[in-house]
Amino acid sequence: MSYEALRHFADSWGLLFLGMIFLTMIGWTFRPGSGRKHEEAAHMIFEEDHDDG
Amino acid sequence: MDTLLLKAGGWLAIVFFAFIAMVLAADAGFAVHMAIIALAAGITLWVTINKADYAAIGRGILKAPADPGIYDDDPIRWGVIATIFWGIAGFLVGLIIALQLAFPVLNLNFEYTTFGRLRPLHTSAVIFAFGGNALIATSYYVVQRTCRARLAFPGLARFVFWGYQLFIVLAATGYLMGVTQSKEYAEPEWYVDLWLTIVWLCYAAVFIGTIVRRSEPHIYVANWFYLSFILTIAMLHVVNGLSMPVSLLGSKSYAAFAGVQDALTQWWYGHNAVGFFLTAGFLAMMYYFVPKQAERPVYSYRLSIIHFWSLIFLYIWAGPHHLHYTALPDWAQTLGMVFSVVLWMPSWGGMINGLMTLNGAWDKIRTDPIIRMMVLALAFYGMSTFEGPMMSIKAVNSLSHYTDWTIGHVHSGALGWNGMITFACLYYLVPRLWGKERLYSLRMVNWHFWLATLGIVLYAASMWVAGIMQGLMWREYGDDGYLVYAFSEVVSAMLPMYLIRAAGGLLYLAGAIVLVYNVWMTIAGKQREEKPMTETPYDEAADKPIVGKPAIEPAE
Repeated sequence: MSYEALRHFADSWGLLFLGMIFLTMIGWTFRPGSGRKHEEAAHMIFEEDHDDG
Repeated sequence: MDTLLLKAGGWLAIVFFAFIAMVLAADAGFAVHMAIIALAAGITLWVTINKADYAAIGRGILKAPADPGIYDDDPIRWGVIATIFWGIAGFLVGLIIALQLAFPVLNLNFEYTTFGRLRPLHTSAVIFAFGGNALIATSYYVVQRTCRARLAFPGLARFVFWGYQLFIVLAATGYLMGVTQSKEYAEPEWYVDLWLTIVWLCYAAVFIGTIVRRSEPHIYVANWFYLSFILTIAMLHVVNGLSMPVSLLGSKSYAAFAGVQDALTQWWYGHNAVGFFLTAGFLAMMYYFVPKQAERPVYSYRLSIIHFWSLIFLYIWAGPHHLHYTALPDWAQTLGMVFSVVLWMPSWGGMINGLMTLNGAWDKIRTDPIIRMMVLALAFYGMSTFEGPMMSIKAVNSLSHYTDWTIGHVHSGALGWNGMITFACLYYLVPRLWGKERLYSLRMVNWHFWLATLGIVLYAASMWVAGIMQGLMWREYGDDGYLVYAFSEVVSAMLPMYLIRAAGGLLYLAGAIVLVYNVWMTIAGKQREEKPMTETPYDEAADKPIVGKPAIEPAE
């Protein structure tokens, strides 16, 4: 693949591909019901304080 | 017994081959390094033979099985001590080179002690030895606690610790002898790079192996940051280190890239070493230890995930801002600048997330000096991630580049963010790892806090003044169209600022020495008799019912 072909791939499909992954990752955190899951995840580091006695 | 014999034989073979390589070495630096490797393998051989549990072998088991009911904390304890040791060494060398800039006579007219040799020793000691050990130790701690599982591959975890120390020793001695591939923050030569690659892949195996063995279904966000740090550093190190050695028995090598491609590869590496080593890795520490010390969950878990993905997707493109106004194509410079400016957003998202974790518990800043250190670290994270994007703007960069402003910027990030969050984590870890009720002294943590803070303020402020003055003097044209100042005049104008900077470094080092004493006494099991940091006031005179006045009138 020549330099020219590579950079045109990078600034078209490559950019679109990475952009879509990024938006999916961000969008995923806003899915319905994620709030409660995030709440649990944020508290999980304190669980050891309880059942270790 | 067979395995033990095989292990000992393997170490003996390494001693033997390192010795041969030392004898046949093409240059003195390589010979010294092979001698160090032979010595290290010899010590390992001796330990392998002497510490083997022969009674257990006699009973038919090679190693007494470890108790799966407790976390594997030995390598973490070693890592804490190594972090402190290399920290003191790195800060001390930093102070020495700061004084060398003010008083050139301190170069001692001796090749091993010149600024050019000691400067990479300082940067690698603080970033890779102090910061790296802190990252490895805390990642072992956090991954076990958040996965509720014992460290995977315990033998490999120990190899990672000792292998990393050997890498540090090889790198540091190499710099003093002038063995360098002349890439900033990637100075070690090809064979040291290969060794680090092996160690790093083992580190990745231990970390990922522990995550795979986890008992918690969810992988806590701190582990995402650690994992991105481990994987990205592996990729950066391998690509930037690609080179062809002149001889397999010599230290010299040539980079696989040339010209501006080499420069861009180097700064793709260099800036992402800042982005993934000094930012993502330390953010992982922040996302675990700040909530733990504050005893409150992180302000927004969703924001922490958005912070993570934005940082990953943006940081990797920011490197070209190190090459403004060079042979790098203009579009690439602009790309680097734009991504750097956009990067400001996730950085501040992360800072706000860390600071707001204290929402509703702000009084802890007054009563808990460890929280105070964490808050200062986050404040400096915010400040330097604002300053960085600003300096990456080409117009600003034309003033700031190659001046001491850059040095000031780096140190507000390194001393303020990386240093302070590491100290806070060390203070959190030491009593827990050595099973002590509390630290020797909280008041001494407070002393450390103020010494370090004052040191950073002197450092950053003097370097702002020095850098902007330097930039303005360099570009000052007279009416005749000639430059007004000779380079030497700019150098001599900076002496006062260099002295203030050295004073700042001295204060920062002094703070770290207070830490050494405090940690030493804590591990020794002592507790200092001292006034507590806060007392809830009690006013006896006011603590009584009001008499002589009727109580509230009953309703009709």
